[in-house]
Amino acid sequence: MLREIRPAIVLLLVLTAITGLAYPLAMTAIAGALFPAQAQGSMIEKDGKVIGSALIGQEFKDDKYFHGRPSATLAPDPNDSTKTVAAPYNAANSGGSNLGPTSKALADRLKEDVDKLKTENPNAQVPVDLVTTSASGLDPDISPEAAEFQVPRVAKARNMPQDAVKQIVAANVQGRLLGLMGEPRVNVLALNLALDRAAAK
Amino acid sequence: MTVIGWLQIILYCAIIVALTKPLGWYMTRVFSGERTFLSPVLRPIEAGIYRISGVDEKREQHWLTYTVAMLLFHVGGFLIIYGLMRLQAVLPFNPAGQSAVAEDLSFNTAISFITNTNWQNYAGESTLSYLTQMVGLTHQNFLSAATGIVLAVALIRGFARASMRTVGNFWVDVTRCTLYILLPICVVFALFLVWQGMPQTLGNYVEATTLEGTKQTIAVGPVASQVAIKMLGTNGGGFFNANAAHPFENPTALSNFVQMLSTFVLGAALTNVFGRMVGNQRQGWAILAVMGVLFVAGVAVAYWAEAQGTSTLQALGLTGGNMEGKEVRFGIVASALFAVITTAASCGAVNAMHDSFTALGGMIPLINMELGEIIVGGVGAGMYGMLLFVILAIFVAGLMVGRTPEYVGKKIEAREVKMAMLAILVLPLMILGWTAVAVVLPSAVASMANAGPHGFAEVLYAYTSQTANNGSAFAGLTGNTPFYNLTGGVAMFVGRFFMIVPAMAIAGSLAEKKSIPPSMGTFPTTGGLFVGLVVGVILIMGGLTFFPALALGPIVEHLAMNAGNVF
Repeated sequence: MLREIRPAIVLLLVLTAITGLAYPLAMTAIAGALFPAQAQGSMIEKDGKVIGSALIGQEFKDDKYFHGRPSATLAPDPNDSTKTVAAPYNAANSGGSNLGPTSKALADRLKEDVDKLKTENPNAQVPVDLVTTSASGLDPDISPEAAEFQVPRVAKARNMPQDAVKQIVAANVQGRLLGLMGEPRVNVLALNLALDRAAAK
Repeated sequence: MTVIGWLQIILYCAIIVALTKPLGWYMTRVFSGERTFLSPVLRPIEAGIYRISGVDEKREQHWLTYTVAMLLFHVGGFLIIYGLMRLQAVLPFNPAGQSAVAEDLSFNTAISFITNTNWQNYAGESTLSYLTQMVGLTHQNFLSAATGIVLAVALIRGFARASMRTVGNFWVDVTRCTLYILLPICVVFALFLVWQGMPQTLGNYVEATTLEGTKQTIAVGPVASQVAIKMLGTNGGGFFNANAAHPFENPTALSNFVQMLSTFVLGAALTNVFGRMVGNQRQGWAILAVMGVLFVAGVAVAYWAEAQGTSTLQALGLTGGNMEGKEVRFGIVASALFAVITTAASCGAVNAMHDSFTALGGMIPLINMELGEIIVGGVGAGMYGMLLFVILAIFVAGLMVGRTPEYVGKKIEAREVKMAMLAILVLPLMILGWTAVAVVLPSAVASMANAGPHGFAEVLYAYTSQTANNGSAFAGLTGNTPFYNLTGGVAMFVGRFFMIVPAMAIAGSLAEKKSIPPSMGTFPTTGGLFVGLVVGVILIMGGLTFFPALALGPIVEHLAMNAGNVF
């Protein structure tokens, strides 16, 4: 058994160096050369400043923007570091609500949000993804129905015809891959940037 | 449920079955020490590693030496992770300035990674430095995966060999597994993931000013290199807190699909390795069929339950299924499928929050783990776990007809059956034992995030996941407390090693036996009757053991939900 001690130590160190250092560092170098934008996190710049990542959702509250899904992410309480406070779309601390199917807190929150959305657009059915929190709290997408639902509000706030807004939404819908994989969706940040561009014209 | 949803599931199963044979062929060559197409590049490195570490690759080990070598290797791995977590504040590659991790959390995480569990009481982006993620976690993702695979191979050799005292050389097996199987796949896989949008950088977190003018700190890091092995090695420990639900850890529907494939591919291929090594590939297909039956049944229930939604959603007129805790780009089907795969295998990565699943949708992951994660299972661990159940099933069949049971030419005798039972009994001992302790301790009960039966399910899930070395969670439970960190660490340790040692004892005793040719009275182990028998034994064992606990958790919650109760 004693002769197994040397391999245990040396082999562990060698394999650690290969898999823990050489491999990730080589991948970083190669990925940076082949896919520089993705490797850095698909950041979007506007006027030389980073305004976010194409893949990470951000909070929108203004009526003139399409809103993303509710987010359950938290941040440390600035007054008491042992506690946390709600901080939607905190991209340095991802996470979901973890509320279960029979949670009263969830039932109350859903009811409140559904009622609020119904006053905004009484004629349409409320899309489920617009009142449920995502798993990461950073979901960049909403369903096409959720975008459609917000068209009247956005059009009114921007003083644009609804059809013009609808066209921009339609142009930003991403379908299933090969018509099969994933779900149809709209990237909220991309949609809002497209809206701003259309307004600037 | 939709046609497109089922087509995605069928496509997934078809690709796994198609990959099983070629990969099984390749892996068999690797573990038989034969040349492969990568040998010109890797053989010099391999030989160099043996030279400096003093390994004689021709010398094989007795099962006990093999097991001790494995344990020594893990002691070292534990010390590396624990040391890195405690010292990360003063070590390089720490741009976010993470401070030292507390003792109990470091203990839990170190055990968690050497046992291939990857339970996340830590939140990656707010706790760990890049150095800890790479040298601590990424490296152990490789080595715990390699260990699982080589232990399965050693057990397979036990069945395949006759009248031999050795089962292989642990050091050679681990080195070859890492160099020839895990690393090459990960290099390609990681680059694919970056192409799909996954970050791979050592740069600091990015400060963005959003369209509405607020500040957003975006955590990045060397994500792709870790995620590749995290999925392929069925480790599951996330770079980020939200794991594979985080858009950086799973950017697209395609990255999701390929990650799901990578979770099953090695485990499925091992059934073919088994078939090839015992000289009849149909033996391997029969085992894959057992896994397939249980898998498809689980997917059907979970998909149906999540597509139904909850009575709360239905009462508000919200259609489209239970989207709480799910991402739009995956939707219902890819979230339900991922949940079943990740718990059938011992992966534990999640692309949706299992805590927010419907009662029945969340029960399927629980059942998958409680059956011992033998539905494809963790790389290697699933295979040796399944072979333990096969031994029991063969024993039961032998009792029915009054003959000494045989499997692939080996007599299954008292020693093997005792060892198999010993290994399998670890599951209820750790899962039900620790759950019972936790629910009578007020301080442990205080960690529950949800009230009512769902709170109990959170605790049951925590010990199930850790004992089965899965790592997924009903994540509402505040697991980062000294009690859960320490008891969970024990559950993970016992769940891994108290299963491995009996399995290796079986390998040793089988290898020494003579091989007997099949006769008229031999129970055929390649047909439907055998598949049905093994499925039956697995379900009866699991059902008898865990049904009472499930009745108190998800089942009563489902009934309460239908009656319109909330807690």
